Parts: sequence; C-alpha cells; structure tokens
Amino acid sequence: MSSDKRYDMAGLSATTRLDPWLEQYAQRTRGLSSSAVRALFAVASRPEVVSLAGGMPFVSALPMDAIAETTARLIRERGNVALQYGSGQGDPALREQILEVLAPVGVESHPDDIIVTAGSQMALDLVVRVFCDPGDVVLVEAPTYITALSVFSSYQCEVIHVPMDEHGLEPHALRDTITRVRAQGKRVKLVYSIPSFQNPGGVTQPPQRRREILEVVTSENVLLLEDDPYGLLSFDGTVPRAIRADDSEAVIYLGTFSKTIAAGLRVGWAVAPHGVREKLVLANETAMLCPSNLTQMIITEYLSTSPWLDQVKVFRELYRERRDALIESLAMYMPAGTTWTVPTGGFYSWIDLPPGVDATAMLPRAVAARVAYVPGTGFFADGQGAHSLRLSYCYPEPDRIVEGVRRLGQVVSAEADMAELFGTTDALSSHRPPIAPTSDMA
Amino acid sequence: MHTGPIIILSGGLSPERDVSLRSGRRVAEALRRRDVEVDVVDVDENLAAHLRDRGPSCVIPLVHGAVGEDGALHRLISGLNLPYVGSTADGCSLAFDKPTANRHVHEAGVAVPEFIVLAHSTVREQGAREVLAAAVAHIGLPLIVKPSQGGSSLGVSVVRDEGELPAAMVSAFAYGDNAIVQSFIEGTEVAVSVLDTGDGAQALPVVEIRADGGIYDYHARYTAGSTEFAVPAHLPAETLAACERTAVTIHHALGLRDWSRSDLIADSQGRVWFLEANVAPGMTETSTYPQAVHAAGLHMGDIVETLIKQAIQRG
Repeated sequence: MSSDKRYDMAGLSATTRLDPWLEQYAQRTRGLSSSAVRALFAVASRPEVVSLAGGMPFVSALPMDAIAETTARLIRERGNVALQYGSGQGDPALREQILEVLAPVGVESHPDDIIVTAGSQMALDLVVRVFCDPGDVVLVEAPTYITALSVFSSYQCEVIHVPMDEHGLEPHALRDTITRVRAQGKRVKLVYSIPSFQNPGGVTQPPQRRREILEVVTSENVLLLEDDPYGLLSFDGTVPRAIRADDSEAVIYLGTFSKTIAAGLRVGWAVAPHGVREKLVLANETAMLCPSNLTQMIITEYLSTSPWLDQVKVFRELYRERRDALIESLAMYMPAGTTWTVPTGGFYSWIDLPPGVDATAMLPRAVAARVAYVPGTGFFADGQGAHSLRLSYCYPEPDRIVEGVRRLGQVVSAEADMAELFGTTDALSSHRPPIAPTSDMA
Repeated sequence: MHTGPIIILSGGLSPERDVSLRSGRRVAEALRRRDVEVDVVDVDENLAAHLRDRGPSCVIPLVHGAVGEDGALHRLISGLNLPYVGSTADGCSLAFDKPTANRHVHEAGVAVPEFIVLAHSTVREQGAREVLAAAVAHIGLPLIVKPSQGGSSLGVSVVRDEGELPAAMVSAFAYGDNAIVQSFIEGTEVAVSVLDTGDGAQALPVVEIRADGGIYDYHARYTAGSTEFAVPAHLPAETLAACERTAVTIHHALGLRDWSRSDLIADSQGRVWFLEANVAPGMTETSTYPQAVHAAGLHMGDIVETLIKQAIQRG
C-alpha cells in the first residue's frame, strides 16, 4: 500500500487526502462521489417519509409462505446442487422456462441464446463491457434509466440523449443523431431503449413506433439494446410486443424477474444473437463465474409450481390502483404549470415542474416535508432535467401516495413562489451535475 | 445510577442523517474495541420510551442538524435524568443558530465576518430585488450565503457575482426560513477541535482544509480524496496559537461542554475569523475531529470513555 501523506520540504507537517489509493484509481471511477442528494435519500428511507423515489417492487404481495417452503425444500432435497457452483450461462432448466416468460412479449428464442445474469443490470453491464471501448457513443432516450447511465459512464462511453415524445424515442431524431455523431468521426455502438413503460418517462412506444425504430437501427447497422423490465406489467393486460420479436439479429433483449417475482433474488437474463451470446457467457464467467444456483432454482420451482401469471396479474392490479392514486392526487394537489405523464403500466410518472422550479434545489424542502422523489438531472448525462422529477408509485400504499403528493404539491407551490420571488424562473435552467445513483433510485 | 449500556444516538430526520449514522457507527466501534457495551439508536418518536426502557448508563448524542444540535434532544435526555456526553441544551441552542452564535462569539472578542440575516418573510414583504441589492451593498462581494441553521455546508453558496445571489438564496431557503448573507473571508480554512476531559477545555492540533474546488462543501467533506488536510495546519506558529485560543474562547463563549469543533479562517494577516461552532462534531472517516485526535497522539476510544465517566460523575 502506498502512503498518501505528502511532506513539505520546508519542514511543515504532512498533508493527507485520507485515501492512500487516490492516485491508483482508474479513470472510469471519476464522478463517483458523495453528494447532498444522496445524503437526502438516507432520510427518505425513514417511515415518516413518503418515498416516491425508489422503484422498489411491492414484494409483500408475493406468496411468501410458498416461496419459503420452496426454498427450504430445495436446500433440504437438492442442497448439493443449489449450494454448488453452476453453469456460467445459467441453469438450463431456467433457460427453458424463460422461453415461456418471453412468449407474452412475442420473443421466440432458443435456450442456448439465453444467458442468465444477476439481475438484468448485470446483463446490461456485460453488453457494454463486450461492445464499448472508451469514447464509443451510446445513444439513449432523454431521459433514461439512471443506473444505465452509470454503467455507460463506468466504461467511459460518450452518452448522447435522443428526444422522446409521448410515444417514446423519436425515430427521426434517432437517425439524425446517428448521422450527426458519425459525421463527427465517432462510433455509435449501441442504442439503449426501454420501449415499454419507460423508466423514468412512463411512456410506451406503440407498435408502429417500434417498427420505425427497428428500421432505423437495422438500416444504420447499429445494435439495439432493448431493456424490458416492465413489459408484463401492463395495466390493461395488453403486453406490448418486444422489438426483439421482429428481429433476432439486430436486438439484444434484457429481461428480469425483479418486477414479476422478486428483486432480491437478483435473476435476470439477456437474449442475444448467437455470436454475441458466446461473448456474453465468457464475460459473465469473468465477472462472477456463474449466477447463483440457489436463486435460479427457487425461480424454476416457483414457475413450475405456482400460477405465476396469476401473480403477475395481482401485481398489475396493485400497481394500477397505485397509478390511479398518483394521477388523481397529482390533478388534485399540483399547482398550475405542472404536467405529468400517465403511464399505462410499470412504475413511474415523469413530472415537469412550473417554470423556474429546480427539482434538485427543492429536494431538501421536500424531505423536510416528509416526501421524497428523484430529481430529473439524475436521468441525464448532460445536466438536463433540472425542472423535472420522477415519481414512483410502486411501493407506497395508495393512501400514502395521496398524502405524499399532497405534501409535494405544497412544496412545489412554495418553490414556485420562491422562484417568482427571486426571479430565478429562467436562471435555474443552468446545468447541474448528474446524480450518482443509489439503490433507492432503481 | 443506571447500569445499562452506553447508548449512542445517531440518524434522525435531518439532511445530515447519513453523516450522523456514520459518526455513530465509528464511535461505537471505538468503544466496542474496549469491550464497552454499546447500542446505536436512531432518533424517532419512540426514543423517550426506548431510553426509559433501556436505562443507559450514559447517552452520547451524535445526531447532526436540527433536533440533534439545537438543544431539543439534550433537553429530552436531561428530562429523563440520564447522564450524557456533550454540551447542555442551552449551549446547543446558542451554537446551532448561526446569527446567535455570531453575536455571542463577537462579544467574546472573536472576529466575525460581517453578516446580515434575511428572513424569507422579509424578502417577500420588501421585494427580493431591493433586499438583495441592499445586502450586496452592505456586505460586498464576494459573499457567502448559508442557512441560519444546519451543518455539513448544505445549502451554502459562495457568491462572486451579484447575478448568482438569487439562486444562492433559493438554495439556502430550501433548508430553512432564514438565511445568512456574510462576507467571504479569503484565507486558510481550519477546523479546531476542543476537548475537555476534566482539566479544562484544550484545543487539539489545528486541521487545515484545502478542498479541491476551493469550497469545503458536502462533496468535499465526505468524498475521501477530494480534500487535502494538513495537521497541524501550515500556518505560522503564532497564527496556530491564535486559532487554538480562539476555539477555546468560542467553546467558553457559547457555554459548550466536553467537546466541540470550531470552523475558522486565518487570513493573510494572521487574523482568525469565526465561521461556525459544532456541538456534535462529525466523527466520520473524513471528519476533522478524529484527525485532530490522532494528531494529538490520543485515541478516540480513550477520549470517549473518559467523557462517559465524566458525564456519569456529573449525573
């Protein structure tokens, strides 16, 4: 270990930065730091605070006794397998079952083309690891999933946002951006999109939009990374057809059991073109040798023995009720000038605040009022989003959501007053640094 | 006399919750290495009942921000007749409110940067444009804006151009209804820890703070590597001595007890200016109090054990 103490030649005392490894860190760790926003999320975890911040699935609705019994039985009867190393590609039985889970989104595949990972977050990391060199460009929606940005940053990718409208990613803007970036001599490696019930936007690409996006990426020869954690959680039961369903070569599809079964089991997967899959398996083995046998087997048992689609229906109903509570209370309590998306599935609504109200600057006031959200800048790599925030309705009970929005409405009103008072209506559109993610922001 | 464990209070609902939790864990670890039975307890509505039930032999409040440092928590502990480490409720009240602390410290002969207090209601009544223009005319630029209460530099902005002032005010008012607008003193920023283990308040070695961005903000405070520290500070001997004397003077002027930390600026003429005093100094991995303790050749566990015994004797 090196010392970080520096001695002054004039005989003064040593100086220290309290980190002996400071000069050893890789370039890609730059930007990982403490921030006042992260500090505020520590308060959001307290029960007094209505947290509309984190995207935590409501796992209390799961059949806990059945899962406990399954887990106990697995260890009792097949512990020598469950507690052993497994395949780097994932349990073959689970990969077979994932085909069934993919059926509602229209994806037809082969168990060999599926790789099981520690949540789809791990699959995302592996894809970027396999494809991106420092400086490569990744195109993402504006705004996009906060921890995807973190992955792209950690591999030193350049992230460029492409505008969305109420139907999600705009195909014309996507093509224009690809053209512009290439004209600058840069390589576009991936287009990252969450087509269904997007995080954080809450919008969904209709079928025609998906076809247009697929046409852009195939004609431009860019790989599409389709992240679909919420696809089955459609409130009207109509599951959107995945883009991957219409092209198995141009699209890598990421799926997860985190929203439909249990996030804590950390089991997700990627469906990839054959050649890519080989690379992902090797990368997976490098990263963690193999996914957990125990948690894969719990899911396998659960899928085999429980009416899992009925449970998904329970989740849909539960989240729909909470979405309704959120949207109704936003209409009731938010001041004029506030707008929001109305999601038809998933966990999130995206809120645009009245002119001059800065969501990051407002957060301390909100936490003091016992309500929390994620400020919009976290969902951009370039400091946009100061006047927006994401609300998550998946975890709090409906009455708590109503109370949280009531509190937030007062805070937004006060902050809008403040912006008007100080004339900061325009000044606050300056760039703020993006927020490093915490698990509370998933 | 109670015979229960030592209870460290940390957490709470202030924006400094995370810092407080880290402080609490670190002090608990130092005590447990000495086989002291320690409970770390979060502060919530059940606290009084919990303290009554557990009957701790001593309480160590390490809650930062309001409730933890404004005296309310200390009044609760006193009301339960439990011994505790640290300043009395009255001392906390004086130190926590920055304008009040400024006035007391100034009366004790310590230099305090010129300041005015702006209440949100006043700005609203008199108009922001007029009030802010008057503040700049009175204080001059550069200036610093901060919430009247609270720590960890949350809501603090340095304003070098008048156009930056409105956003700085909005940021400070996010943490409370009153803000201080104060002269920005150029100089060496230091933190001086004070310890009284029974022989009177003594200053520990002066810690110099050189934040990479020039401002010792939340990021600089709690991201290891982003601030350079020198202990003792690279200041002339007489300035170091003045910093130490000033910190002890502040400790007495505010009626503080056991431990405190004063944040000061030494300007190029060697004049020492008061910024703020802390009754529950941070004890995290990157906090200055533990660095000063280490530089003095002391051990955190020994100090806390001594302060606990002292508190128990006080009753």
